[in-house]
Amino acid sequence: MKLPRFVIPTLVAVTFLGGWEWFVRVGHVNDVLVPAPSQILHWFWDSLLNGELLSATWVTMRRLIIGFAIGAALGVPLGALCARVRWIRDTLGVLALGLQTLPSVCWVPLALLWFGQEESALLFVVVMGTIWAVVIAVQESVLNVQPLYLRAAMTMGSKGWHLWLRVILPAALPGVLSGMKQGWAFAWRSLMAAEIFVVILTGFGLGSLLHAGRELLRMDQVMGVMTVVVLVGLLADLIFFSPLERWLRRSRGL
Amino acid sequence: MNPASFKTHPSAALTLRNVTKRFNGAAGCVTALDDITLDVKEGEFLVLVGPSGCGKSTLLSLLAGLDQVDEGAIRLGEEPVRSPGRDRLVMFQQDALFPWLNTLENVMFGLRLKPDLTEAERLESARYYLSLVGLADKEKARPHELSGGMRQRVALARSLAPNPRVLLMDEPFSALDALTRDQLYRDIQDIFTKRKKTIVLVTHNIREAVCLGDRVVLLSPNPGRVRQIFDINLPRPRRINDPELASLAAEVTDALSSHLSRSQEGLA
Repeated sequence: MKLPRFVIPTLVAVTFLGGWEWFVRVGHVNDVLVPAPSQILHWFWDSLLNGELLSATWVTMRRLIIGFAIGAALGVPLGALCARVRWIRDTLGVLALGLQTLPSVCWVPLALLWFGQEESALLFVVVMGTIWAVVIAVQESVLNVQPLYLRAAMTMGSKGWHLWLRVILPAALPGVLSGMKQGWAFAWRSLMAAEIFVVILTGFGLGSLLHAGRELLRMDQVMGVMTVVVLVGLLADLIFFSPLERWLRRSRGL
Repeated sequence: MNPASFKTHPSAALTLRNVTKRFNGAAGCVTALDDITLDVKEGEFLVLVGPSGCGKSTLLSLLAGLDQVDEGAIRLGEEPVRSPGRDRLVMFQQDALFPWLNTLENVMFGLRLKPDLTEAERLESARYYLSLVGLADKEKARPHELSGGMRQRVALARSLAPNPRVLLMDEPFSALDALTRDQLYRDIQDIFTKRKKTIVLVTHNIREAVCLGDRVVLLSPNPGRVRQIFDINLPRPRRINDPELASLAAEVTDALSSHLSRSQEGLA
């Protein structure tokens, strides 16, 4: 008989968590350093009830979404410009390639000096995390649009904006989307790093909550927040990027 | 050239005068087309045939306005051809359908670029041409859901729908299997007789050229030149396996091989 696919992963998870719980309960490790899953769950429940977790998640998500939106909104036209104009590709395109390799947390000191310990500093970091990946992805996927599509469209009288909006961008969309996904991942990492290292006076996000956990020696809080960070990342993929990619692939028969 | 000396034949849709095209490749400057002079009559089915490297696809690109001549001139009626335009639509070797649009939207693409039509007229026209190529029931299908032959038929509908003055076809049948191809030969001839379009087809398949063309222009390579023009006076619709057609095709093939061997002797 064949087991349903979820049985083994569930068994493994239950065994792992149960073993961990038992290991802490019998006192093999110090539960201040390694809290039991039940303690983490307890923190999770408490902070959910007192609203702390939701408000921190909201603060972080708002920064991420606004920053990502700005980064993508700037990155798409800049990437298109890089693809269209040779000298912009040789300047901005090369710069984007370089800055994409720069871990975006490196922007934090600069952001703090320019914007102070405020929302705008974090937004700047998120934008910098997003924008270069998007610029590169848009540039590459526009340059890789099949010339045949362009020739066909041009003979039908398409040119200028029409050609860009109706042919080039739709044709480049799969590449643009994977660039955005990468930009989102970069932005998410850099935002977490920034929130952990810097006290931002205008809002208490997930990173700050995690940092506070360390200062208070609350490892249940630290691990609880880490779990939430993982869940947010998974959810963004599960409810946004993956369905979009699936739809794109299915509708084009890729 | 002196514009005053440019004489267009009154019944000519496309006029080519001393058209020369060169490419700069790794092996230096290559003359792809050398001094081509040709008239395509209004309502004529003209086929350009020749071995690979004879510049026939280059010539089609020039007619489409996707590429520019180095010397000479091309005119559509009285207008010089310099850029792509809706009056000369192209059917490519691959279907070139847009995968992000369904069948109907693909056919609508060119129609939407005609500002003088209402949306209802566009829809009516798109549906008419889809039914003309026998795909009225595939409106909602995406290109990847269609067979190669169906996709090429959609491409045909897409190039016919905006009602171009000239239809340019760049080996549109070469990637299809023999059965599908025969069906399309029938479809094309049917549409050609019904709609009285001017068509220029490029192919390396001589049998296909004789089957479809009113005139077959034989091009020879290195550099691409017009070698001979054959008038094909067989009644339509023609069948590709017709014996009379086969003997004409053999004649064209013989002419081609004699030109080729002569040019090889020239090289040796």
